[in-house]
Amino acid sequence: MAENIKVAYWPGCVSRGFTPELHGSMALVAEKLGWELVELDRANCCGAGVIAEHNQELADTLNARTFALAQQTGLSMMNICSTCQGAQSECQQRLDADSAYRAHINEVLSGQGLSYEKDKGGFTNKNFLWLLVEDYGLDRLKEQVVRPLSGLRVGPFYGCYIVRPKERLGYGEHPDRDIYLEKVIEALGGQVVEYDGARKCCGFPVITMARETSLRQAGTHVGDAIDAGADCLVTPCPLCHLNLDMQQPEAAKVVNRDLGLAVLHLPQLVGLALGAEPKELGMAKHIASTRWVEERLTSGVAA
Amino acid sequence: MADYTIKVRRFQPESGAGPYWEEFNVDLDPSLSVLDGLLQAKDRDDGSLAVRCSCRAAICGSCGMKINGQSGLGCKTQIGEAQELADKQASATGKGGEGNSIVIEPMGNMPVIKDLVTDMESTHWTKIRRVTPWLLPHGEPPEREYVVEPESMIDITQSMACIQCGACVSSCLSMEADPGFIGPAALAKAYRFVGDPRDAETHERLHDLAEDPHGIYDCTHCFSCIDACPKGVAPMDQIMRLRRKAGEEGIEDPNSGHDHEIAFVKIIEKKGTLDESLLLQESFAPGVKGKLKPSKRAIREMLGSIPTAIRGIKTGKMRSLHKLIPGVHPKLPDQDDVKTIFAHAEEHGEEFNLYIKGEEGELAEDGVEKGIEHSTDPDTPQEVKNG
Repeated sequence: MAENIKVAYWPGCVSRGFTPELHGSMALVAEKLGWELVELDRANCCGAGVIAEHNQELADTLNARTFALAQQTGLSMMNICSTCQGAQSECQQRLDADSAYRAHINEVLSGQGLSYEKDKGGFTNKNFLWLLVEDYGLDRLKEQVVRPLSGLRVGPFYGCYIVRPKERLGYGEHPDRDIYLEKVIEALGGQVVEYDGARKCCGFPVITMARETSLRQAGTHVGDAIDAGADCLVTPCPLCHLNLDMQQPEAAKVVNRDLGLAVLHLPQLVGLALGAEPKELGMAKHIASTRWVEERLTSGVAA
Repeated sequence: MADYTIKVRRFQPESGAGPYWEEFNVDLDPSLSVLDGLLQAKDRDDGSLAVRCSCRAAICGSCGMKINGQSGLGCKTQIGEAQELADKQASATGKGGEGNSIVIEPMGNMPVIKDLVTDMESTHWTKIRRVTPWLLPHGEPPEREYVVEPESMIDITQSMACIQCGACVSSCLSMEADPGFIGPAALAKAYRFVGDPRDAETHERLHDLAEDPHGIYDCTHCFSCIDACPKGVAPMDQIMRLRRKAGEEGIEDPNSGHDHEIAFVKIIEKKGTLDESLLLQESFAPGVKGKLKPSKRAIREMLGSIPTAIRGIKTGKMRSLHKLIPGVHPKLPDQDDVKTIFAHAEEHGEEFNLYIKGEEGELAEDGVEKGIEHSTDPDTPQEVKNG
């Protein structure tokens, strides 16, 4: 596909909150790739599954509003958060499955001059990862690489909401969505690290309710990646990043071992290969130091 | 017919040795099952290969196992599909090629007795018994049977489809980190009684499951059980229904589960996007509900988060007033529109039965819709459609 990418862009809450480096690095990478992002600055939180747990109709209406705002731009939608992807896909599935229900929800939105229409102009909502592989294409991505991540050993970490449930997340049409991170790492010249946690749960959803369960999950996956020889992890989910990076020192206490593994947001990993500097990608804002990654990339330890 | 290599994780307690891998070459039609492949290996190569099975038709629930890391039933997984998945997984890590070994392991989160036979008693059945899996009606039993409206049972038909195979338990990522977690099968079973109109101890059941630190708030919402279940029970969805019902019953749990949910909802109603520092504060010491005295656990949790906050300030991650001070987070320009949505949805409450799966079919010639059934009146419950 040769056309340029132009999408309605939903950055999510956390990318502008506790992981501001994600929002910034996405903007930079979009510029480098020549993507045009029309930011949905009036859109609301996806509910992260918590609002749906409270009241499904409420979550469905809130996300229908976001879809309707995106449809007003005449563009398809992009998110940069596995959790937004999953929570929004869940609502979209309920909305798309039933025209009567959709009409009921649209009744509420009509007072705001909004309406969500199923499949309007081929409307889709895709995470940056999906868009990069399916719409932009790995071959084009490879052409843009100016600093191949040669020798960099990267462990993928997907985030539950973007890999399960398969039936909801378009795996029928795109069965390889759960190996896209590996494909991107390879396209950028990096080396994929195989370890147990890549598609497991980071534990973030229960950090306030079952802290030990939560941190044990994060600590175990980071530890497994270190044992498998990873230089860093990469994730398309800022909530996973909170547990794997921000909580990493706390997770280390729970699993009772030293950790200290850099966790990159997907746009940061892409940005490094496109020639951006770690600092402008906000890597200094991470809790787990990214210095080792920077050293490996600049010292020319090419494979 | 096609050739496959199945790689089985074996364990024989009588040998005194640890578990080991063994490969078998089998030859069968791709539409036959992984279980058929195992039985062929047992028949032709090694009669001591232990695997539990009975009906071979996804009814008895005996042959739970992990196939290429995915929990499910051996009899419900076609060997051709298992081969495709094995090859896809190999391609992701640069091995590539076709005819990669199909990896078969005993179920996870439970002890292995021999080869693919696991001990269901010590985990699965113990946890099922934990949730009082029988009806607790009050009053004199009726002379004949209990009579209930068919509609009132719609809510629990999904959880009634469970065949007790343990695939969800095997896949559970919370249980991996906390073996004490009551888990997906038992909690789905709990919902089967919580949602039953004949049961009279709904509140007590919910209270018990909310209070337990290994109960409904110990589920990390990872969807593993949904994909593992061969019968469409969607145990995680049942756990979310238990949480919703516990909230509706006004049950305050010591795990801050309900407080976290309410805090989240209130913040989005007020601001439109998430105020993370306010969420932390309100999850542990919910001022929104006028409760000023946080529990000992809440104080411990809040103090425990201070080092994380300091690290965040140091790196610049959290270096702004609206991230540090709860409540300073700006609201959306059209926040009134968001509030309207809240007002409307809260007013409707639980009128919808949103068990929706699949997509609406095309209109047939007579104008009758095919595919999913639904009510055209938005104020009446939707029809259930189980997978």
